[in-house]
This record gives sequence, structure tokens and C-alpha cells, in this order.
Amino acid sequence: MTGFLSLLRRLEGPQTVGRGRGFWGLFAVVLAVALAYPLFSDGYTVGNTVYFFVWVFIALSLCVIWGYGGSLSFGQTAFFGIAGYGYGVLTLNFGSAYGFTLVALVLAVGIAALFAVLLGYFMFFGRIAGVFLGIVTLAVTLMLERFMAQTAGPEWHIGSARLNGFNGMSAMPPLTIPWPGESIVLFADVGLYYFVLGLLVFVYLALRILMNSSFGNVIVAIRENPERAEMLGYDIRKYQLITFVIGAALAGVSGVLYTAWGQYITPSSMGMTAAALPLIWVAVGGRSDLTSTVVGTLVVLAAFQALTIYGSQYALVFMGVLLVLTVLIAPNGLVLGFMNWLGRLAARFTQRAG
Amino acid sequence: MDIATHLFSALYQFGDAFAFLVLSACGLAVIFGMMGVINLAHGEFIMCGAYVTAATVHAGLPLPLGILAGTLVSALVGVLVELAVIRHLYDRPLDTIVATWGLSLIATQGTLIMVGSTMAGVGTPFGSFQVGDYSYSIYRIVLFCSALGVLAALYALFNWTRFGVLARATIQVPHMAAALGVDTRLIYSLTFACGAGLAGLAGGLYAPTMTLVPTMGATFIMEAFVTVVIGGADVFLGTAPAGGLLAIVKSGMTSWQGQLFGQIGLLVAVIIVVRVLPKGISGFVLRERT
Repeated sequence: MTGFLSLLRRLEGPQTVGRGRGFWGLFAVVLAVALAYPLFSDGYTVGNTVYFFVWVFIALSLCVIWGYGGSLSFGQTAFFGIAGYGYGVLTLNFGSAYGFTLVALVLAVGIAALFAVLLGYFMFFGRIAGVFLGIVTLAVTLMLERFMAQTAGPEWHIGSARLNGFNGMSAMPPLTIPWPGESIVLFADVGLYYFVLGLLVFVYLALRILMNSSFGNVIVAIRENPERAEMLGYDIRKYQLITFVIGAALAGVSGVLYTAWGQYITPSSMGMTAAALPLIWVAVGGRSDLTSTVVGTLVVLAAFQALTIYGSQYALVFMGVLLVLTVLIAPNGLVLGFMNWLGRLAARFTQRAG
Repeated sequence: MDIATHLFSALYQFGDAFAFLVLSACGLAVIFGMMGVINLAHGEFIMCGAYVTAATVHAGLPLPLGILAGTLVSALVGVLVELAVIRHLYDRPLDTIVATWGLSLIATQGTLIMVGSTMAGVGTPFGSFQVGDYSYSIYRIVLFCSALGVLAALYALFNWTRFGVLARATIQVPHMAAALGVDTRLIYSLTFACGAGLAGLAGGLYAPTMTLVPTMGATFIMEAFVTVVIGGADVFLGTAPAGGLLAIVKSGMTSWQGQLFGQIGLLVAVIIVVRVLPKGISGFVLRERT
């Protein structure tokens, strides 16, 4: 019991923005609105909101690896794709009976994490850091896309699942929760919404606890100064590898949910553009804070979708401009800057009141 | 088919792969080696060179002049990009990656909007010749000679000219060079322009051999990155031998299993080399020397 309480105490700490009654009150209000939201909306809009939520996991993964760990990885979309394809192959082969889709979710995320262990071992134990890490992960991602895009022929299949080259895989079953009587099929509307929302809140709170724990403090110390962290006796390679694998698993969650949401996955979900988008959300939101990343991702996604109505090419140009301007003007991210400003304002207000 | 024709075929494929790797990587290598900046918009500078070359050739210029125009326009764009963006980010290397990626997104999509999804190409000049049962394109030989020429020209530029001396001084100890009256900002600008121009040159040289689409930069970028990662920071001690090594891997794997496996071979090679030599070939050579 005391162990659990001490975990809860880690919800606040030096590595995450937001503390005290004000923040958690706001959190409760936002959560309540999110829970009540399907009551006031139609199935299509709710399904679209699920689509936004799905991307938050990959944004959080980049936030952990890049924002907290300081290693810029372009490989998140690769893990996204691996898990997505993994889910497709598993469910197309074994169906969705007896809750197997949930097992497939876990297995697919596990495959992505295993791939990250392999790649991360070569990178971190080879002491690759900084810009080289970005290049190697980018090369892996592009390679994977090219590989999947050429699997069009009938000889490319795993079990009964055809990989279908550039067109990608489709028609895999949605997530299904086994239930006495009739199992609950989570189609891309209210059912999936609550499932993904629950998972999101769980992951968000768990990451807050993790980042404020000693593990989180160590990876931030490594980001700030790897030599110093090493002198203090930490095996930085091990910490970086673990961070990388956690990030890969989160990106994998995104991949599986995306595949289950739209019931398709294509190689272009691992391409250059796909790899750029999470980077933009996280950079614009504020990469060194979980809350800023979540808020930034949702805002930028919504803006992107609104702009896409006028043509997705223009929307992408706008995203590029937004990214360059953010890096030049507000390198810590717009949402994080705004939240810090809000925090200072609140502090001044309470000071004056006291 | 006798041994000689086999040998020639292998040599030809090696030369082709070597030219592609060196030409697409040297612009990136100059910018990275001299400034520590990874230019993710490198592929878009290549695209820019190819497009300008094609446009000027369509306008009636001969191909060599078109390639020159492509090189110069890319270098000019490079100067503008350095002034507007890169200059402000020298102390934040990771952020230059992110910013140049934003630029690459803007360039790709901007070209798509303004020029359309494809551009009319340029015919491959010089025709081909016959050895044994196979015919080979003469232009590929020209490309191989160009790659050697570019390496030689870069060597001359950085070793025998005043700009080269100032640039190397700036790289070694920037504030000392500045104290001795070198305009380091100008040097950085010119170096970036040089890298961008080399990318444009690669684009111009390869324009006659491929379809011109806004995403064509992506075709080059992986090979360029892999070569620079394996080579390390020095163009001559790194990029050239890395190009040679990777060309063997790529041409060998390609003729054995096909194009895709050539690229997978490159990727595996880079991961293994980086595990063994974290600072690349040039880092290894320089460490041995000191």
C-alpha cells in the first residue's frame, strides 16, 4: 500500500510540468469532458477523434526518446510499421476469436520492442550519439519502407497473410474484447474511443511516474551531459537502450491501434513524410514535457486536418514552415512555452494574493 | 562469356555504384565535415540541381552548361538557406537536423505544387558500347570520371587555395581563426554553398538518367547518409574509401540478389561498421596517425 502511494507521489516532480490542485483539477475536468464527449457527438466524429488519439502514443514515444533522453530518433515510424504489420499478419492468420486480437496487440508491440533491442544494441553499445543516431535510424526507416513496398508478388506472404507491396495489407479484424455471451468488437467509433482513451490516460500517468522516478532523472542527466552521468557511475548505454525500447514499444502501440482503427497498413506509413509528422507535433508542442507533447500533438493534428480540406500539399508546406519557425524562434516548443508563461502568471497571482 | 567480360562487367557495376555513392555524398560530407551540420534537405538540393538542369536543357542550352546552371542555382539557394536558417543553429546540431527536415518538406511539397508531379526528363547522351553479350552506357563511364574529378577538385580546393586554408583553420579552432581576422561567418556560408552546389552537381549529372519527380531526393539521401556515416568527418580519408567499400558491397549484392538487396547490404554494412568504428573510417585513420 505504501509502495503504491509512493508511486502516486511520483506523478508530480521535476521532470514534468504541472503540479498541485490547479493542475489536477484541470486534468479531471478535461478527462470528464473526454469521457462525456461521445454522448454529444456522432459516431464518425468520435472515430476521427480516436484517429487523433492513436497518434499521441507515437508522439509520446518520441518525447521520451528525444525530449527526455536526448537521442533524436527517426525510427519511430519504423516501429510503428513493424507493429502494424505484425498485428495484421497475426490476426489474418489466427483470426479474432477468444480475444486473440488483444494477444496480437501485445505480441506486435513485443516484436517492435525486440527489433528496437537489436537495433539499439548496435547503436548505443557502438556509442553512436547525436546526429549519427538520427541518420542511422532514418536509413533503417527508409529501408524498411522500400522493402515493404516491393513485396507485391504472391511469393511475399507470411502464413495466409499477403503483404501486398505498395498497396499494403487490409481487412484485418478490429480489436475484440472477449465477453461472456457475445464478444465486444471495437469498431472505429465509441467502443474503440473508450478503449484508446483509457490506454492513453494509463500511458500518460505511467510515463509521468516513470519520468519522475530515479530512472527518469538518470536519462535526463544523460541528456544534459553524458560524460558526467557516466562519471557518476551510470552505464549510460543501458539506460539509453531501455529508453529506446520503451519508446519503440509506445510507437508500436500507435502502429497496432492505427491498423486496428482503419483496418489497413501501407508501406507509406513508414515513409519520409510519415516520419516527419510526429517530429513536428513533438517539436511544436514541447519535446521535453509529456503534457505539452500530448496537447501539442492534438492541436497540430486538428490544425493539419483542417488545412487538408484546402489541399494536403499546402498543409504539408505549412507544417514544414511551422517546424522551421518553431526551431528558430521557440526551440522548447510553443505549448511548453505557453504553459511556463501560465505557470509564472499563476505564481505571481498567488504571491500577490498571499 | 570469358573471364575478361565478367571482370569488365563487375568493374563497370563497381564504378557505377562508386560514382553514385561519392557524387551523392560529397556535398553532404563537405557540410558535415566542415561544419558538423547534417543537412537533411540534401536530397532536395539534388532535386533542385536536376530540375534546373532539365529546365535549362529544355530551354536550349547544351547539357554541360545546364549542369553548371543547376550547380550554381543550388549553391545560391544554399547561401540563402544558410543565411535564413542554418546560421542561427550552429550551437544546436540536433536542431539543424530538425530544421533542415522542415526545409526538405517545404521544398518537396512546394515543387509538387509549383511544377507538378513530374517533369519532362533529358535524354541520356553518348549512347552505349558493346562488351561481350552486354551493352554498357557510355554516360555511366562519364559519371565515374566525374566522381573522380570532383574528389580531385575538392582536394585541390581545400589544400591549395586560400579559401581552403581559411576554411580548415575555421574548422579546427573557430575562435582562433576569428581572432586572426578570418570572417568565419563568411567561411561557413561559402562552405555551405559549396556543399549545396555539389549536391546540385550530383542532381545535374544524374538528371539524364532518371525520372524527375519532387521526391527524387529520397533516392539519393540514404546512400549519401550511409556513405557519410561510414566515412566520418573527412572527405578524402572518409568519403572516398567509404564510397569504395560500399560500392563493392552494393554492386556485389545487387548482381547477386537484385537492387533491393544491394541497399539492404548497405544498411547492414553501415550498422556493422558503426559498431566497430564509431567515428567512421576517417576517425579510425586519424586516430591511428596521432
